[in-house]
Amino acid sequence: MWEYTDKVQEHFLNPRNVGEVENASGTGDVGSLACGDALKLTIKVDEKGIITEAKFKTFGCASAIASSSALTEMVKGMSLEEAEKITNEDIADFLGGLPKEKMHCSVMGREALEAAIADYRGLVLPMAEGEVICECFGVTDLEVRRAIQESNLRSVEEITNFTKAGGGCGKCEDKLRAILQEVVSGTVLSPVQFPKPRRMTALQKIKKIEEVLEREVRPGLRKDGGDIELIDVDGDFVTVSLRGACKSCAKSQTTIKEYVEAKLRELVLETLIVEEANS
Amino acid sequence: MSMVKENVVYMDNNATTRVAPEVVSEMMPYLTDFYGNPSSMHTFGGQVGQALKTARKRVADLLGADPEEITFTSCGTESDSTAILSALQAYPDKRHIITTRVEHPAVKNLCDTLDTLTGHKHRITRLKVDPEGMLNLEEYEAALSEDTAIVSVMWANNETGVIFPIAEMARMAKERGILFHTDAVQAVGKIPINLKELDVDFLSLSGHKLHAPKGVGVLYVKRGTIFTPFLTGGHQERGRRGGTENVASIVGLGQACLLVAEKMTEENTRVKMLRDKLEDGLLATVPKSLLNGHKTERLPNTCNISFEYVEGEAILLHMNKHNICASSGSACTSGSLEPSHVLRAMGVPFTAAHGSIRFSLSIYNTEEEIDFVLEKMPAIIESLRQMSPFWPGD
Ligand SMILES: Cc1ncc(COP(=O)(O)O)c(C=O)c1O
Repeated sequence: MWEYTDKVQEHFLNPRNVGEVENASGTGDVGSLACGDALKLTIKVDEKGIITEAKFKTFGCASAIASSSALTEMVKGMSLEEAEKITNEDIADFLGGLPKEKMHCSVMGREALEAAIADYRGLVLPMAEGEVICECFGVTDLEVRRAIQESNLRSVEEITNFTKAGGGCGKCEDKLRAILQEVVSGTVLSPVQFPKPRRMTALQKIKKIEEVLEREVRPGLRKDGGDIELIDVDGDFVTVSLRGACKSCAKSQTTIKEYVEAKLRELVLETLIVEEANS
Repeated sequence: MSMVKENVVYMDNNATTRVAPEVVSEMMPYLTDFYGNPSSMHTFGGQVGQALKTARKRVADLLGADPEEITFTSCGTESDSTAILSALQAYPDKRHIITTRVEHPAVKNLCDTLDTLTGHKHRITRLKVDPEGMLNLEEYEAALSEDTAIVSVMWANNETGVIFPIAEMARMAKERGILFHTDAVQAVGKIPINLKELDVDFLSLSGHKLHAPKGVGVLYVKRGTIFTPFLTGGHQERGRRGGTENVASIVGLGQACLLVAEKMTEENTRVKMLRDKLEDGLLATVPKSLLNGHKTERLPNTCNISFEYVEGEAILLHMNKHNICASSGSACTSGSLEPSHVLRAMGVPFTAAHGSIRFSLSIYNTEEEIDFVLEKMPAIIESLRQMSPFWPGD
């Protein structure tokens, strides 16, 4: 059973603005039956550029219906410029939050709004033009990049929660990981094929990383008068801090990538990305 | 009617069942006064050992087995893992397993991760099912090979209730000297089983599906079958499963076996009639609804219906408002983004898979409850369809 806020339940059981606006100024159609959720948003825009009416039709679970209902309530009376600034987080916040596995419902709301505004303006959405990364759910690289940036995503699992990408056959996981690394650390991943990662809990991961650092990494560094400290583990991102002689060493970046990261990938999880803490 | 509304209308018995009141009362003394360890030498513990013996006999009687063939475990999942891993250890050179595409995750996910678990590569044949959820025995026969260590096929499917021809399949395996396991978690207590007449080597059952508590299961191992324990430790269960016994639950399971044996006829007459009334009623009153699974080769209590163009979680939450409990094969309820692997294997289209609802009844359901559900469902489906961008209108 999902833990839905009272507001989600209320909007689900008594959805506002169900239907289609007559002679709509703009229509946004996103999602599909196969994907399990879809939203058709219709809006009416007056001559001053104010959204005077918004209605929805949604196929999907309680959070999809509640997100759609919330969206229509939020945009009514807004100027197009204001409406454009609505993010998926705003929709989720309006509902008092959504379970993390359901964040894609709020993303669907935001996408439908963008599509409806673009339709009104006679534009083609850039998102639809990206390269499709997830074939199962038809998610493009542009959508994935944007979700990573806007919602500060740090693992493939989070990308799946927000965009659904990777939630089907899972074949695009490597591509998603490459995009994640590119967006987060600005580096392009070498085109090696990662094996499918094993699932680990955050605690197991931290424990394992600590173990490997202690057993495999520290002894080597200490010989050179240095040391290493684990600062944080966030999804696949491991933040470490080099101490002693290593700290001032010009080769610290190489140490981290070629030595520490390589060890952790070999012995803990193939998908880890190691970074140095900002001092 | 008001009585029904205030109480829960529980139609999710394939998920778990109510612990029968007579089971609870049989268990109580073992949670209070009789707390001894059944392995102890003193009389105080020894009498608890006697209670285990009685329970073992009752389970054996329900299955047509001997008490020595019954090993208590912690759940159906443990029984499944134990059987399959034991067979692989009995035949370390055989690396082929036959199972189906519609198994419960207890078997499906074990087979998926077997290579990492054992350190060997295994070849796994997952038998296909047809649109009604039935197997093709020719495909099965062709798959049986010299290299096959074990066949693991569920007796009845938890989502659709479809029953597989276990007697025949076990015989075909036996003829080739191949071990046969069946996950009978959903079948035990609902349809008659007589292991004396069958070539089944391993059978799993789970207490909480037959009005005993959660956290107790059984693995039947046919006499003479090579067996390696999954949990090694003390000499409990004649060395077949280490760990001090979950005495109260085992006693409860024994009592539950007596109860379901006594109610078997009722299950297959009254409960089945209620199920049929619910099913026929829904299919007749809700347009664009269809039955998932074979009409007759099916458990008497289960009914899985797809309501096209609407999504299962949304349906369930509306039902929940009326205190009606059921479950769905939709993606949103599974915690993943994909709808039920069982319905997908049957080729149920996405339009229908997302909107599937499973009703599973028990002896505690009443006709009044069926009428209540039949009264509420059409409006729920209608209101969600009015909201659906795909609904073409009626
Ligand atoms: C067919 C089948 N096998 C196995 C299980 C697992 O049983 P347990 O919950 O006791 O581990 C279930 C119940 O969920 C089931 O329906």
